[in-house]
Amino acid sequence: MVKERLYKLSAKELSDLMSKREISSYETVKDIAERMEEVETIVKSYITTNIYKAIAAARKIDKFIYKKKRIRGGKFIYRTKNIEPLTGIPIAVKDNITTKGIHTTCGSNILGNYKPIYDATVINKIKESNMILTGKTNMDEFAMGSSTENSSFWTTHNPWNLNNVPGGSSGGSAAAVAVGETPLALGTDTGGSIRQPAALCGVVGLKPTYGLVSRFGLIAFASSLDQIGPITRNVQDCALLLNIIAGHDSLDSTSVFKDKEDYTKYLKEDISGLKIGIIKELMGEGISNYVKGAVYKAINIFSSLGAFCEEISLPSLKFALSAYYIIAPAEASSNLARYDGIRYGLRAKKVKSFRSMYRKTRSQGFGDEVKRRIMLGTYALSRGYYEAYYLQAQKVRTLIINDFKKVFKKFDVLISPTTPSVAFKIGEKFEDPLTMYLSDICTIPVNLAGIPAISIPCGLKNNLPIGLQIIAPHFEEGLLIKTAYNFEKKFNFKLKPLYRKF
Amino acid sequence: MEFEIKIGLETHVELLTDSKMFCGCSTKFGTAPNTQTCPICLGHPGTLPVINKKAFDYTIKVALALNCKIANFTQFHRKNYFYPDLPKGYQISQYDLPIGLNGYLDIKLNSKVKRIGISRVHMEEDTAKLLHFGETGRISEATGSGLDFNRCGIPLLEIVSAPDIKNVTQAKAYVMLLKKILEYLEVSDCNMEEGKFRIDANISVKKLGDEYSKTRTELKNLNSFRFLEKGLSYEIKRQSEILNKSEKLYLETRHFDSKTMTTKSMRIKEEAQDYRYFPEPDLVPIEISREWVDEIKKTVPELPSIRTDRIKKQYDISDNDVEIITSTKSMADFFESCAKIYPYPKIISNWIIRDLLYLLNQEQIQIENCKISSEHLVDMLKMIDTGSISGKIAKSIFKEMFKTGKMPGDIVQEKGLEQISDIDKLTDIIEQVLKENPEIVTQYLSGKMQVFTFLVGQVMKKTKGKANPKLVNELLKKKLK
Repeated sequence: MVKERLYKLSAKELSDLMSKREISSYETVKDIAERMEEVETIVKSYITTNIYKAIAAARKIDKFIYKKKRIRGGKFIYRTKNIEPLTGIPIAVKDNITTKGIHTTCGSNILGNYKPIYDATVINKIKESNMILTGKTNMDEFAMGSSTENSSFWTTHNPWNLNNVPGGSSGGSAAAVAVGETPLALGTDTGGSIRQPAALCGVVGLKPTYGLVSRFGLIAFASSLDQIGPITRNVQDCALLLNIIAGHDSLDSTSVFKDKEDYTKYLKEDISGLKIGIIKELMGEGISNYVKGAVYKAINIFSSLGAFCEEISLPSLKFALSAYYIIAPAEASSNLARYDGIRYGLRAKKVKSFRSMYRKTRSQGFGDEVKRRIMLGTYALSRGYYEAYYLQAQKVRTLIINDFKKVFKKFDVLISPTTPSVAFKIGEKFEDPLTMYLSDICTIPVNLAGIPAISIPCGLKNNLPIGLQIIAPHFEEGLLIKTAYNFEKKFNFKLKPLYRKF
Repeated sequence: MEFEIKIGLETHVELLTDSKMFCGCSTKFGTAPNTQTCPICLGHPGTLPVINKKAFDYTIKVALALNCKIANFTQFHRKNYFYPDLPKGYQISQYDLPIGLNGYLDIKLNSKVKRIGISRVHMEEDTAKLLHFGETGRISEATGSGLDFNRCGIPLLEIVSAPDIKNVTQAKAYVMLLKKILEYLEVSDCNMEEGKFRIDANISVKKLGDEYSKTRTELKNLNSFRFLEKGLSYEIKRQSEILNKSEKLYLETRHFDSKTMTTKSMRIKEEAQDYRYFPEPDLVPIEISREWVDEIKKTVPELPSIRTDRIKKQYDISDNDVEIITSTKSMADFFESCAKIYPYPKIISNWIIRDLLYLLNQEQIQIENCKISSEHLVDMLKMIDTGSISGKIAKSIFKEMFKTGKMPGDIVQEKGLEQISDIDKLTDIIEQVLKENPEIVTQYLSGKMQVFTFLVGQVMKKTKGKANPKLVNELLKKKLK
């Protein structure tokens, strides 16, 4: 009998087999390493792989899992009866989350040689859970982009069609999960950077409520919008990973005090009677017809599950994209000021003064899109423009928050497409930033409102996946997981790249 | 030609907290460079600030003592600019919602009260220290530069006065009183040499009758009272001379050079620099509740001017002496703790002013660090009163206490300094002295009264100063009758 490849299994399946001692963590990591050998040169999900350390870590965990003790009667039993969920399970982490002693580049030349001296809070949490870091995944530079084409290093390829982008900015994480280079990954989402690549790669991506997951160690793009979240192959794995990363952190003043919740408890209940709002503004102009078609099919499925669906309007959403492209670059222009070549990262050579050191280091270190946003943000914060741009954008943000509050009085969750179209060709939108910005039109309002949303696969077009976005009120991740889980069970999506040979 | 002057002072004060403003690093002064740093105060990617509650409390305390309105809603802003001493490329500071607003400080000059407005009191973080290598330590002649991040992130208080100050004397009085209040509040040690109390000044001079133009000078580096005086005087003179020649003044930043005692232009500002302030998204806005303010109010001690008046009345001490005694909180505390256990405050203040201050100055130490406690002084004073030591001996005992911290009783016993008050013993000695000096006795008896002190001196000499002088006087007079 040919043993099935382990890399294809979900985290939950791997964890169950490990609990039964049918497989070891070492075997799992080894098989993933093999899969990486097969696909990495083609897909290019990772900036840095950590496979040697991962194998060593897996062996260490196995020692613990397989440790036996003698009981009465001379029999041996395993010392640890129930191992914690996700113990020994591999995970990939986006390269804007700091890992002590492991390169963390943020997809940028300016941090090309940077090795952090501390671990992000989420890294501490996955270490405490005995999970195994497979590597750091590719991303658009400083998470600014929707395709990974803005990475200073290379573009990741969509495993469904190698000519297409995987989405971004967490494109490396989404592609790695889709193609079997890891069962789990962490991404970050500022305007859709988890959900959009998840949609384009046919996997599950969750952006938690702002404040649910600590941002300590997440290299900031736009502080008031950034959140870390899971990218997985199914909703169950998503719930398991969220269990591990959620929770208050005293090192992050914006992290929220909240009782710990077990999100897996939402994996069972049915959704009959659930009130679902379909966002009118995200089902109109600019959204491809086939995407709308897939969403309508999803609505049929929800109706068949006993949910109640109705179209609703959030008029302020038409200003969301404009507001976002003021607020996010404004914060970025300040967040990225620290890359001056003095203490870490790139330092330009042959400089005559510290002013020229700044200028040259930043000119050489940052890519075009990053420079574009720094300039945009600097302008928006300048005296005389602040009121007209930044302050206006903040007012729009308040309007959007209020619109969501209003509709959530009537509906439990809202749905929309995750992206206006399926994955586009590499190079197709690269020269046209404004068209590229429109890729995030459905996901951006959620970040501005600080609420949670999930993207799950809901169809295919030309063998490329379509994503469905489900949005819930603050801290209603449980509701998202419940809704998505019920849909997923009924929809039965097949993640083809996982079975593909390269 | 006559001129009018307007001065506003900006004071930066390092707060006396154990840890920094936004991280847990120590704030200890004088340690090796870059030994009190962490990823947060070094501005490493991914790090976030968390507010130091104690620093926040201290700021409220200062704002209350300076009669400010305490904001019920406050927020931090980012002040964006590039400089090597600023690791994040922005300083976390406050902008339109500072903790304290619209207070005042009453200074007293020639027993007249002048009120100086306090525009705002806010919190921010200190920057790193730039060190220039080379003989002079000046940037223009440096062979290289280094950065010490130990100071980076230390909580800093900014106190901005209104431009109500009209001359150098007022400026000095304002700064002295402000420093005294901060010391009284125990929120900063205000050590100017260590850069924990720094002053910048805005100075504007105009001809009498003219309008003030916007051509004020911002003067930096006035880091001692002397420099403040010299710098302001120089700048007033410089601006007046330019106006006399009907030349133009510029809106500029000038640096005080303590070597030449002059000011040098650093940059002429076309417009004020644009710091692109915006609300710090990594910190949530803070509501300051009534209860919180009331809680802090309880920790505000009696302030210097009130204490000075009270001590003066309560203990009936002269204006001059009370000024000295209340010049620092620790000195006033010392005085009052003595006065609690000894009934003659005037004697206490005399000893503090004449003896203690002299020794403190000589040894260059602060009263709170010296070995003499109120018990030391009072025990000694009581020994004088009971006649067991003489005032003269007391002086040497005081010095010994200052040096060793031993109690006066122990010193007396160790050195055998107890006063001789035994009448028989003294009578013997006096008879001996009279026998040895027959001519002096004759002179005295013939009416030359001033030789009496010579005879007392002889008795003292024989007893090595230990004889009770009052008793010697009495007995000698009796013998000579």
